[in-house]
Formats: sequence, structure tokens, C-alpha cells
Amino acid sequence: MATYKPVVVQAFPKLGERITKDTAYWRGYKTPVQIKEFGAINKIDFSPVPPYNYAVTASSRIHIYGRYSQEPIKTFSRFKDAAYCATYRDDGNLLVAGSEEGSIHLFDVSGRAPLRQFDGHTKPVHVVGFLSDKYRVFSGGDDYSSNLWDIASATEIVSYSEHTDYVRCGCASKVNADVFLTGSYDHTVKLFDARTKSSVMTIEHGQPVESVLLFPSGGLLVSAGGRYVKVWDVLKGGQLLVSLKNHHKTVTCLCLNSSGQRLLSGSLDRHVKIYSTTSYKVVHSFNYATSILSLALSPEDETIVVGMTNGVLSVKHKKPEERKEKSQKKRQPAYRTYVKGRTYMPKQEDFCVSKPVKRVLRKYDKLLKSFQSSKALDAVLEPPIRLYTPEVTVAVMQELHRRGTLRSALAGRDEKQINLLLTFVARRVIEPRFTPVLVTVADMITDIYQPVVGQSAIVDRQFLRLQEAIGKEIDYQEELLEVLGMMDTLFATFTEKRATYLEENKSNGLTETIETNMNN
Amino acid sequence: MVAPATLRVVRCGGSTLHGARAVFSADSYLLCAAGDFVKMYSVATEETLRVMGGHADLVTGVQLNPHNHMQLYSSSLDGSIKLWDFMDGIPIKTFTVGSKLLALYALASSEDSVFVVIPKSGERDTFQLVSVKLAKAAGQDLEAKELSVVLDGVDASPKRIAFGREGEYVASVKEVNLQVFFFKRKQLNRFSVSAIKTKSGNNHFTCIACHPTEDCIATGHADGKIRLWRNFYHKKDYTFSTLHWHHDTVMDLAFSMEGTSLLSGGVESVLVLWHNESDCQKDFLPRLGSAIEYISMSSDGALCCTLHTDNRITIINSNLRFSKSIQGLIKSTDVKTGLVVDPRTKALVLNGEPGHLQFYCLQSDQQLFSLDIVQRQYIHQAGLNQADLVKVAFSAQGKWLATVEEREEVTDPELQLKLWFYDEETQSFKLNTRINMPHEDHITDMCFREMDELEDDSLILVTAGRDCVFKVWVMVEDTDPEAQQSVSWSCDFVGSYHNYQATNCCFSEDGSLLAVSFEETVTVWDSVTWDLKCTFCHPPGKIRNICFGRLTCSKYLIGATDYGFLCCWNLLSCALEWSAHLNVLVLQPDPLSEHIAAVSWLSKESSLFVFKPNEPRPIYIQRNLCKEKIQLAAFVPRDEPETIGSEKYHWLRRSQLFFLTDTQELMTLSTKSLEERLTPSSKQLAVEESLPVTPFSLLLGKHRRQQSQEDIDLGKLVHNKHKQDSPAVKELLHTPAHVLPSASFLCPIFINSLLISKENKSAEEVADEVEMESEKTEDDSDEERGVTEMEQEDTSPMELLGEMTCKLSKSQEKELRKIRKMDYSWISAF
Repeated sequence: MATYKPVVVQAFPKLGERITKDTAYWRGYKTPVQIKEFGAINKIDFSPVPPYNYAVTASSRIHIYGRYSQEPIKTFSRFKDAAYCATYRDDGNLLVAGSEEGSIHLFDVSGRAPLRQFDGHTKPVHVVGFLSDKYRVFSGGDDYSSNLWDIASATEIVSYSEHTDYVRCGCASKVNADVFLTGSYDHTVKLFDARTKSSVMTIEHGQPVESVLLFPSGGLLVSAGGRYVKVWDVLKGGQLLVSLKNHHKTVTCLCLNSSGQRLLSGSLDRHVKIYSTTSYKVVHSFNYATSILSLALSPEDETIVVGMTNGVLSVKHKKPEERKEKSQKKRQPAYRTYVKGRTYMPKQEDFCVSKPVKRVLRKYDKLLKSFQSSKALDAVLEPPIRLYTPEVTVAVMQELHRRGTLRSALAGRDEKQINLLLTFVARRVIEPRFTPVLVTVADMITDIYQPVVGQSAIVDRQFLRLQEAIGKEIDYQEELLEVLGMMDTLFATFTEKRATYLEENKSNGLTETIETNMNN
Repeated sequence: MVAPATLRVVRCGGSTLHGARAVFSADSYLLCAAGDFVKMYSVATEETLRVMGGHADLVTGVQLNPHNHMQLYSSSLDGSIKLWDFMDGIPIKTFTVGSKLLALYALASSEDSVFVVIPKSGERDTFQLVSVKLAKAAGQDLEAKELSVVLDGVDASPKRIAFGREGEYVASVKEVNLQVFFFKRKQLNRFSVSAIKTKSGNNHFTCIACHPTEDCIATGHADGKIRLWRNFYHKKDYTFSTLHWHHDTVMDLAFSMEGTSLLSGGVESVLVLWHNESDCQKDFLPRLGSAIEYISMSSDGALCCTLHTDNRITIINSNLRFSKSIQGLIKSTDVKTGLVVDPRTKALVLNGEPGHLQFYCLQSDQQLFSLDIVQRQYIHQAGLNQADLVKVAFSAQGKWLATVEEREEVTDPELQLKLWFYDEETQSFKLNTRINMPHEDHITDMCFREMDELEDDSLILVTAGRDCVFKVWVMVEDTDPEAQQSVSWSCDFVGSYHNYQATNCCFSEDGSLLAVSFEETVTVWDSVTWDLKCTFCHPPGKIRNICFGRLTCSKYLIGATDYGFLCCWNLLSCALEWSAHLNVLVLQPDPLSEHIAAVSWLSKESSLFVFKPNEPRPIYIQRNLCKEKIQLAAFVPRDEPETIGSEKYHWLRRSQLFFLTDTQELMTLSTKSLEERLTPSSKQLAVEESLPVTPFSLLLGKHRRQQSQEDIDLGKLVHNKHKQDSPAVKELLHTPAHVLPSASFLCPIFINSLLISKENKSAEEVADEVEMESEKTEDDSDEERGVTEMEQEDTSPMELLGEMTCKLSKSQEKELRKIRKMDYSWISAF
């Protein structure tokens, strides 16, 4: 004897973006907080120690923001002209910044006046940074030189003038205190060792280099310039590993996430793309209002801060982990009752008697089981089902039609219920997955309630809305058919060599759907 | 040695079970009319225990002999009543009545006569209930000519006559009239209900049942009402009450043994139990699968069984719990899927219950399993269009199954193509891909590319549709590693030819060519590039069937057309090789040889032609295969090639041909003669088979095996007679332990029986003696017949003595018999 089979609600394949773990992770941020700065933001740097304040360099100021603060908690504004590239030291106590006039300033984060000033560059200094031994600072300037400074004595240790254009980016190795690299508009990235008098390695990027990045292991190097992001193997002597071309404007900034598994790149095309560092495929992307100049990710990926050309700082905080508080509210049986007997492992000689599992039927299934058509239809027209799972409503309508009782289920309703039904039909009839069923339903409703048209203003308005929706859809389908005709002529010219009756169809479901809709 | 056997058409399942009400025997067997046979099922195990054949036409009535419940009467359309000993499956007597018998009733109150319904001589479509006196003469075949008419103008259906309590009256219904005849008073009362026609049907009587202890008649009506009639002794003052639940015809009614409740069933396939004949107290057993045709109760009231229109028997407990179901080949209204052979189980696959696919095992005449394809609740209601399975195809190894279901609809048909993957773990098919509306119109044919190679990517499915295209479906691997399944199916190519409807499709044996027929034309496509290679046409007439030749004949393409032509085209020369004028209904190639079977329909009979494509002359012709139209045929590979003597039937060596007729009878062709096929069932007695496996018998078996090995070791000193059972051992094994005398008493006899006797009597002498003995025992048993069942069982091993020579001395035999006699008296004391 068969048991009752519940109504099959057809699942339709979801079109569009597929939800992966990555999209779920990167979508887990709150809506951004916008902070207006005075000029284009050229650098954002997070303090490596808690509470993870971050320094934002914009125009002639360096602002230091707390994690959740809207206002800067500290400002360094001793620059005559633009400041560049304020960077924290590893211990979070010192901050170094370049400037338009060519001097480099070193600040104590807790103080206000600069501790040191390194003079030597003749042109603006766009890149500065600490080496990993914490006692030296490297810098690159528009005078084509890359310098190394001693903090204690505020003197220049060495100056390399190997670049042939502006030096605009650089980065120090975390594993070796003597190694740093700078990227320049002469399309090269040069690797320097403080112990030698000249560069150790030169990598040809091909476009003006806007940003460079070393992996924490020091083995891989990422350079960004033009529309390309390129990954190089340093240990193999600068061999190109992969070249990524996912942006359609110049890539301006690069950043790694805390685990080192994902690479982020920001570009003038207003997008931030996130790559997996194993497959180098784009796993997610964000878009912003204007072109992006700088980008930083706080430790633990708690915050994404993006600086843009119009001086807007966009700060996104991670949503807190969802607590399962709701389920706790509901009173559940005590744990002991719940696990009672469940942990018992049957012995080999035990005879197991299993209780048949009681199947829980949905309300509409219970009603359908007892052949109560009208009530089943009422059940699926309840707001939660009608609004959030319209496919259930349509499936039940189809089932009623299959049983031949749809007409009687639709009949005998009052003004309010007809209004509800017609609202649903008018709204959903244009969805291709529901069209076949809802057209029948609409047909029956008009048939049944034809005599009462004109008695209720609300119902009449719904009928007009339905007519309008269907009219629009017909126009739309006609247009689509025209496009299809055009495409057919194109295909025909492509397959000229073949016999005329051969019709190659890359059936992706689109044409079929359109044609079935046309039948209605 | 082998006589030039002729091919015979043998029925092998699927015959209609619902010729008559089933009957429970006193010891929990179920007896049931099945086509020309009477089948005996075990209620406990659902197995078919015995098939009793002998009637030449449909069996119409099965009734236990009211005076001996080990015997059974059966009536048939061939005009004979047979009395069976159903425990042994032996026909005891045959009474020839002469005219068609449409129903049979046996009453305890009537001594030596039974009641049958026969057509009234000289008039068409009028029937009468007559009582037939069964003569008590000796002999097997008797004439029963003493007929006396009881009621005139009765209905032919056995459900429309019922006998009242203790056979005091008989009630019969026809159309809107009910007539009751009282035997004692010879009084005939007629009642009628006024004919009403409503939307759901008229109120004609459909069935009748009489209360077992009270004067009450229940009648079922076509509009779903049940009327309970009382006080029908009076012509005027009769009363009736109405019970109404069924919305469609009440198919059958049955009272419980005490008469406290009434069971009714109908098209809704719900069994309704009415308590105390009141409208408000009722219980239901819903969703029994298909319309209920007959309801019968066992005599102790513990069980009830329903026979369904799809040849299924459901056994139901007294508390209205589903207990068991006996199902052979389920009869569906229309076999749209064709006969398909599952390559994995070699089971025949076809439509089963609505929306299900049944896997039917040919060897055991049992349904292996039923696969739910449509997965929707089936509503048993007339005039509803519900989705049904129309096409089925298996891939070569049975790994993939493709099914098409459709729902007939005026505006646009609902179509679904489903692809199922065989899951090794659960040993069943799992849904892999579902495609809505694969074609815009009905799918006419479907086939897999049959490649025996193991790689999966060569698997291709082709569907041909009435929307003038054929589509090619291929497996696509899902690139996302997190997806639930790794492969799914999608459309790869759509082909059409001059906007003609595609009717058939078929792959060549190596899978390189695809033939698709478009109305009058056959097109041949390259299966790699999907280029049209060539076309064949044989005007006038649309193509009905196509198939490729196999093995040595793979260069031929065979097609059958509407206008009665069978054509064979050569694919190398692209020319017609030969054609024959033959109205072919079914064209079926043998998967293991070059042979192709064609079944034609000519002048109201089906004929079979077997040919090889390379020669226009058929190898084998059988005219008048059967009178019915043959719908479908299938070659089922044999487990092991059969040795067939005659060259003529060589084509049956590796596979067996099965075909299904219009009336849903599954038939096959057999070279074996009737005797060969019947030996296992008809002659052997029941006891031999049902020998229980007790630890003791196992021990004994081991002992015997050892002994026989020793015998071999010893050379030919010992005759092989010793391997046979000694009667003493048999006796010991078959007598229930609680009636056996003490072990110490039996031990010496038993030990003796195991000894090898030294005296070597001449075999003839022994045989003579034993024969005498056995005759005597048979006489004994005749006298004792009908006392208890146990005696019968016990006498049978003694009958077996005739076949075997024993090594017991005569005195020992006598002693044994004494013991037996003794313990019988002991039983009868109880």
C-alpha cells in the first residue's frame, strides 16, 4: 500500500551568480561607512598591533582613525604640501611619511612633532617604508633614486639611482632585513640588497608599475601596472608565474588578506577584485562609486578600507557572527530527555525494533490528502508562502488543475480573496517558470468571475492590471522574437558552407523558453 | 533422440487474475482463477505454490467444496466443472455441462449440486441461474446433464448473484431490478429502484452480498450508493437504508463472517469498512493502488483479500491493516513503454502501476521492484488526465535509464524527460537530471547509443519528437567541485528534415550511424559530426519501424512501412536490397545474433517471421501465432545457450522471444514439449518439496553424503539404491514430533534402516511387493480421506514407495505401519 505522496514543488535552476564560500565570506560585511577627506587618498595603512588603528594619507594630512571611529583620533598636519605614504613600523609605534617637497618625516604615534626628518631627495617622495629590522627606512622619489636611511642618526646609508623614471611604489621583505624592492614608471621592479652597491634583480613588468607586494614567505612578488597584475617567482630569478588581466583600467593598489590565501587588487575602474592565490581566479569582486587609489585590509579581515580619488574613504566592517539566539528562546526538552536512549549502542545479539518515522506533511498536503481543494488553495495563498515561495503556490495550483478541481477551488470567493488571487497572478504570470499554470488560472478566474465584473472597483482594477501585465509581456516577447530572427540570419550566414536544413542550436534553454512562452 | 519438436506458444504470466472471487482455504492458502488456470498462493509467503491447469478456456468460478474443504470446484467458459484436490494439484473429477459457465456457486445446504450461470439457449445476452446435479458415479470424466433452472434473466457477472443465510434464498440483481427467490417457499419477490441518471452515473445495481446470519441484502450501485434491504419477505413492506461514501461505482461488497461489518470497494481504490451498517461509523484503507474488483473474506474472518483490476491481490488483516500483496505482471491499461529488457537483471521492464515502471522477473513470474517515475499522487478517478510513463530506454550496461512521462492536455502537453543513474550502493535508480519540455510535442522514440566500451563520455541519448526535430543529449561534467553531482545531461544538437515529424530513431551496432525516420523518409546521420549522410524512402507509406542489422549484417537497415512493406536497404551502396509485402506490426532485432523477428497482422491472426537481413527468405515462419493482435515483442537473452536439436529453431538458441498481446498476456515460444514443461509441478507430490530443513535432516544429509562418497570409494559394491531415502527415515521426518512415539522405541528401526541389508533380493520381487503394499495404503487413504489433513500428508510418502525399492524387510514395514496406526488413534482422541 502506497503512502500519500506530497506535492512535488519543482526546483528551477538559479540563474546568475553562483554562491560559493568566497561570495558568502566577502558578502559578510556591513554597508560601508563613508568618510570625506580633503583630497585623493594615496595610502591607507593599518597598525599591526591592536587596536588596529589605521593611518590615512590624503592631501597634506595624515589622519589616524580608530577601528569604529568616524572622526580621526589623531592628525599629523605639519606638511607644507602633500604628504605621501604614511606607513607604520612593525611595532606600531613609529610612522613614516614622504612629502611633496622631498623630505621624509618620522613621527611617534603618541607624539605630535616629527622625531626625525630625512632630507636628500630632490623631488617628491612617493614611497617610504621600514625595513624589517625596524632601524632603517627605505624611500623612493620622483628623482629616480631609491634611498636607505638610518633612523638613529637620520643619515642616508645608501642611494641607488638605477631607475630611469619616477619611483612610485615599494615594499620591504619580511624575512630578510636587508632586502627591499621598488617599482617605477620605467616599467621595472628592482630588488635591492642593502649590503650590495647595486640592484640584485630587475623584473620587467611591461607597464608603469603602480604597486608591488611581496608574499609573507618572500618567495613570490606581485606587481601591478597598467591593466595587469603579474605574479613573479623571486626565488627562480624573477620568472613570470601568472599574468592577470581582470581590470579594464589601471590597477592602483594591491593587498593580501590576513591568511595570505586571497589577493585583492583595486583599480581606477572602480572595482576591487579578489583572487585566490592558488588558482589565480577571481572569486569575488566589489564595486565602488569612483576610482580606487588605495586599499587596506585589517588583520583578521575585520575591516576593508578603500580610498578613492574624490577623497572619500569607504570603511566596511565585518558583520558579527550570527548567534543562534532564536533557537535558544524556544523552549526545548531538557538535554537529558533528548539524548535518552540515543547513545545506546545495540549489541550484536540485540533485537532492534524500529519505530516508523512519522512523516510531517505541510498544511496544504494534508488538505490535498483529504481532497479539500479550496482550503488547500487558501493555505498556499497565506502571505509567507505566497510572497516567499511562490513556486509552492503555483505547484499546488498545478496539482489542483491535474485533479480537475481547480475551477471549483477558484470559484465562490469574496472580493478580498479575488483581489488577493488576482494580485498574485498579475505579478507572477510573466515569470516564465509560472506562465503555463498561471495563464490557465487567469483564464479560469476571468471565466468564473465574468458576471460580477463592474460590481467591485478593487477587482476591476486588478483585472486591468492583469491585462496590462500580459500586454507588456506580449510586446516584450515580440521584440525578443525579432532579435531571434536577426540572430538566425547571422547563424545562417555563419553556416553557409553547410546544407541549409542543418540548424546548429546551442540550446541554452533560452530559445526554448521563449518559444513555449509564445504558445501561451 | 530428440523428436523434431514444434514450437509452441506458451503463456508465461500476466493472465487476468480477476475472473472470479478468490477463495481462502481453511489452512491459509489462497485460491484464485488466473486465465485458464487456478493458482494457489501461500498467504504467509506470497508465493505461487501450484498452478492447476486443465481447463481449455477462462476459469470463471472457484469455490471450495462445502462438504470437503480440501477440495475445490472450478468452472470455466469451456463448459466444464472440475473438482480438484488442491493440496496435490490433482483433478479428481471433471463434469461436462455443455454450455458456457459464467459463474459458479456451491452451497453447503444443497447436497450434490452446484449452481452455475449459463446463457439461455436460443437467446443472446440473457442468462439464467441453474443448479447442476453432480453425479456420484465412478470415473474421472462425467457428464452433468441434470440442469434445473432456478432464476431466469440474471446478469452474467458473478458479483450480481448471492445466496442468503444457510442457502434459504438467492438474490440477483440486474440493471435496476432485484429479485429474491426463496427455495423453501418457492416464492419469487421482485423489487426495483426507480432509474435515476445523475452526473456521476445511473443507479443501476452493480453487486450484491447477503448477510451471513440475518435476513439482509446489501447492494452496490453505479452511483456509489450502497443499499441495505430488509424485510424482503413481503413484496410491499420491504425497507431499505442507504450508505453513501463512494463517488463512483461500487465494485464489490462483502460481509464479515459475523455480519457485523460490511466491506465495500470501488474505483477509488479505497476499501471501506462500515461498522454496524451505519453511515457514521466507517474505516478506510486508502491508496490500494488500483480499482478494487473483488473482495473476499477468509472463513475464520481473520483475513480479507481484494483483487484489483491490475492483476494484484492485496491481503488485508481483519483490523484493516495492509498485510501483503501478491503481484505478478501488473496489468496497466496501456503499455506505452514497450517491452524493454533491463541489461542488469534481465528483467522485463514495462508500465506497471500508473506512473511506475515495473521490473518483472520472467523466471519466477514475480515483480522484482517497482520504480516510481512520476512521483506524484495518482488520483483514482475516471476521466482525469494524469501524467503517465510513455517511453523507457536503458543504456547498454544498464547504468543509465531514461524515461519520458507526459500528461495529455488539449492545449499543451506536459512532458518530462528524466535520466536516472544506477546507484550501486542502494541498488536502485537515482534521479540525475530532469528536463521539462524536452520537445514541444510528444516524444515518439528514444534510444541510447549502445556502446560496450566502458567510458561514459560516449553515451548519447537521442529523442525524436512530433515537433519535427530529433534532439541529441549528452552528459556534461559539472565544473564546480562543490556541486552535488558531477554530471548532468544537456542538449547537444537538434536536427530536422524538411519539417517532417520524427517517428523513430535507432543507432547502428557500432554507434557510428544514427537512423531517424521522418514520416516517409529514413535519414542516416553521422553520430560524430551530425551530418546527414543519406536518405532512404519507400513511397507510399510512412515508416513504422526501423532497425539496423547486427554482426555480419550490420550494413543493412530494415524498415517497415504503413502500406505493408518490409524493406532492406544496403548502407554501402545506398540502394534497396530487397523488399517484401508484409504488414509488419512489430520489428524486433535479436541483440545477440543477426536474426530479426517481424510480427505481422494478417486476416485476424498474428504471424511470426524470422529472417536475416542478408537474405530475403525468412528462416522461420509461424502462421497463426495467436488470435490477438500482438502489441510488443522483446528478445531476452538466455542465461546459458539452450541446446536445440532442430536447425530450424536455431535462432532461439541464445535468446528467447517474448511478446505481449492486446489483452496483456505475456507469451513466449518454447521448443520443449508439454510434458517436459509440466513434469516438475503436476506429478510430484507436495510433501517431497516441502520437506522441512531441520537440524536433524541436515545432519542426516551430511551423513548420507558421506555415505555416498564412501560408496564411491568402495567401488560399485553398493547399489545406488542406497542413496534413496528409506521409508522409515521419511516417516520419521514427516511425522510431527509431538505425535511420534518415544525415541527409544523408534531407535532400533531407525538404526536398522540405515544399515545396508545383506540379502539381495531380486529387484523385481521387491518392486512387486511394494506395489502391493502401496495399493493397500491407497485404499486406506481413500477411506480416510477428508478426516484430517495430516493423514493425507502422511500417506503420501507411502505412495512414493512405488517408485523406490526399499531395503526394509516386510515385517519391519508392518511394524512401522502399526506404529503409525497407533498414533493416529491417539490424535483422533483429541
